[in-house]
Amino acid sequence: MPLVVRLRSVVCLLGRFPALAGVDLDVAAGEILLLTGPNGAGKTTLLRLIAGLVPMRSGEAEVFGADLSVDRRTARAQLALVGHETFCYDDLTVRENLRFITRAAGSPAEPDATIDRLGLRAVADLTHRRLSAGQRRRLALGTALVRDPRLLLLDEPHAGLDAEGRTVLHEIVAAAPGEGRTVVMASHELDLARALATREVRVDSGRTRLAEPARAAATETA
Amino acid sequence: MREKDRLLDPWLSRVFGWASIVSIVVLALFGLWGAPEDATQKEAQRLMYLHVPAAWLAYLAFGVTALASALFLWPRTRSLVWDRIAGASAELGVLFTALTLVLGSLWGRPVWGVWWAWDARLVTTAVLFFLYLGYLALRRIPGEPIGSAKRNAIAALIAFVDVPIVHFSVEWWRTLHQKATVFNPQLDAHIDGVMALTLWIGVIAFTILYVYLLDRRYRLASLEDEMEEREIAAAIEARIGAPDPVEVGR
Amino acid sequence: MSVWREAGLVAGKDLRIESRSRVALAQILPFGLIVVLLFAFALDPDRGILARVAPGLFWVAVLLASLLAIGRAFSVEEQHNARDGLRLAGLDGAAIFLGKAAAIVLELLALEVVLGAGVVLLYDVDVHGVGVLILTALAATIGLAATGTLYGVLAAGFRSRETLLPLLLLPVLAPVMLGATRAFEDGLEGVPGDAWPWVALLGIFAGLYTAIGVLAFGALWEET
Repeated sequence: MPLVVRLRSVVCLLGRFPALAGVDLDVAAGEILLLTGPNGAGKTTLLRLIAGLVPMRSGEAEVFGADLSVDRRTARAQLALVGHETFCYDDLTVRENLRFITRAAGSPAEPDATIDRLGLRAVADLTHRRLSAGQRRRLALGTALVRDPRLLLLDEPHAGLDAEGRTVLHEIVAAAPGEGRTVVMASHELDLARALATREVRVDSGRTRLAEPARAAATETA
Repeated sequence: MREKDRLLDPWLSRVFGWASIVSIVVLALFGLWGAPEDATQKEAQRLMYLHVPAAWLAYLAFGVTALASALFLWPRTRSLVWDRIAGASAELGVLFTALTLVLGSLWGRPVWGVWWAWDARLVTTAVLFFLYLGYLALRRIPGEPIGSAKRNAIAALIAFVDVPIVHFSVEWWRTLHQKATVFNPQLDAHIDGVMALTLWIGVIAFTILYVYLLDRRYRLASLEDEMEEREIAAAIEARIGAPDPVEVGR
Repeated sequence: MSVWREAGLVAGKDLRIESRSRVALAQILPFGLIVVLLFAFALDPDRGILARVAPGLFWVAVLLASLLAIGRAFSVEEQHNARDGLRLAGLDGAAIFLGKAAAIVLELLALEVVLGAGVVLLYDVDVHGVGVLILTALAATIGLAATGTLYGVLAAGFRSRETLLPLLLLPVLAPVMLGATRAFEDGLEGVPGDAWPWVALLGIFAGLYTAIGVLAFGALWEET
């Protein structure tokens, strides 16, 4: 199975603080990997590192075969990150924000499909400023989906989503392997996330530890 | 690869240190007694022997900062050594620039009755002063070492490119005004023999002093960087050595 | 996608945000006009100085207003961490530079028209050599925007950016200030022939800093 992400002994600094202190991680194509761990463990930094948004101090990092210390563009073209913020502009509408991202990715298509999939049709022409928190979380998912990424990085995607939103999230993540996507998700909502994950890795104090594979086997049947 | 922690070997550093003291003393002797008094400007003219060398150094230091920045950005020669040199040279440069401006003012006042003259050299030096200040303000902001160094290097080069443009535009501006240039720094060929000699002694003395101070400031920067490296390494060790968390039961 | 189309995308985005938020219109433009007014208080309209120094005052007002415009161009990217989104979007650094600078040029040109009208009216200036004035303003504004976008991204990531940007940018713009003012003087005094060398200088400055921006912006954008 081709490796989508390959990290070896990655050390990553935020200022002087070693947010990642030696991370090893392999992510195979089509996996739904769950990252668990306490706050401050480095899950967010790990996801941002894979997205090429934070520099590495030492170690090896390859995403889609590209060495991140040399080439971040190849990786970025094929992945999308859903972080704590929406990455959107307050004064542009949902449609305009999504359209900007689509155009930037080189596609002339309109984002209607994504708007529908996320249940945002009702607010599609409202400016970002006027969205509720739950709608913004859905939009954040939308900004990732609209780029049709091979790798979907989700940082606490459940946070702030209402029940309907969570249903949409589940549907998207569950459908991912079938659509040829790999998912790496950091979440505190263990019950919900474990129902989807094919594998689990625990992150703590800037390092990764593998969790019980037995869990993985149990979800395989879903 | 162990990066350099000093620019001059210890013995060489001592040589430069003593040489700068000696040459400045020689400069003082020549400047205050050896060189003849100027017919029109009297004693005040002697400030030239400090002002001109200081100006030379202000620009030399900036050139070194720019060159070091370029060498840092060039992948083949990338090394934090260049970043430290750029920073050290900038700190010295801003001092000499300030000195140039103050001395120019002190010289100008008794001789021409003005604290300031709007000629190309002075104005460009004033702009240089602010370019230095901006660069040093940028350097003071902490951040990831290689990233910050890249940023600082680009900033230095952008500013460097501006200096000749400033000089050219100011000079043009001033020559368009029919007023004769008030400020005549007497750098033309008809400087009296001993005066010219004194000037050269000044330039050499200041340059030796610059090299000596650059080395010392570099060493300080190197030590600071090393200390920071140790702190980071210790922090990483601490995180790696953290005890395994108790797995919360499911 | 070509750099120009990407730049157009970025410029379009910035201008659309401005057309909705109206920050340049409602805040930066009034600021410029207030500066013009303050100069009048400082220089006493009755002494006849204002008309003579109008070019200089105009460009100082534009320069100060441009600091706000540039700051705004980058603070827009801080909303909801849009800058990370922009980085992930895969746009070429040169394209982002050209797009942002182009948007700033358009905003500043609009600003200059209004401020210019204000100066003419308030300082009682006779207007000649409009061709020179327009070309000067174009060349100066492009140089201003290019340099400003470059320093804007440099200062953007820092908490001290509002004080850092003026310190970094204004000394570098000294030649623009000089050239633009001299060219305006020559134009207004009815000797446009004298102005062309200054306009050429402004053009060279603009070209130089646009080239530097295209080369260096990408690296700076990633680092902040």
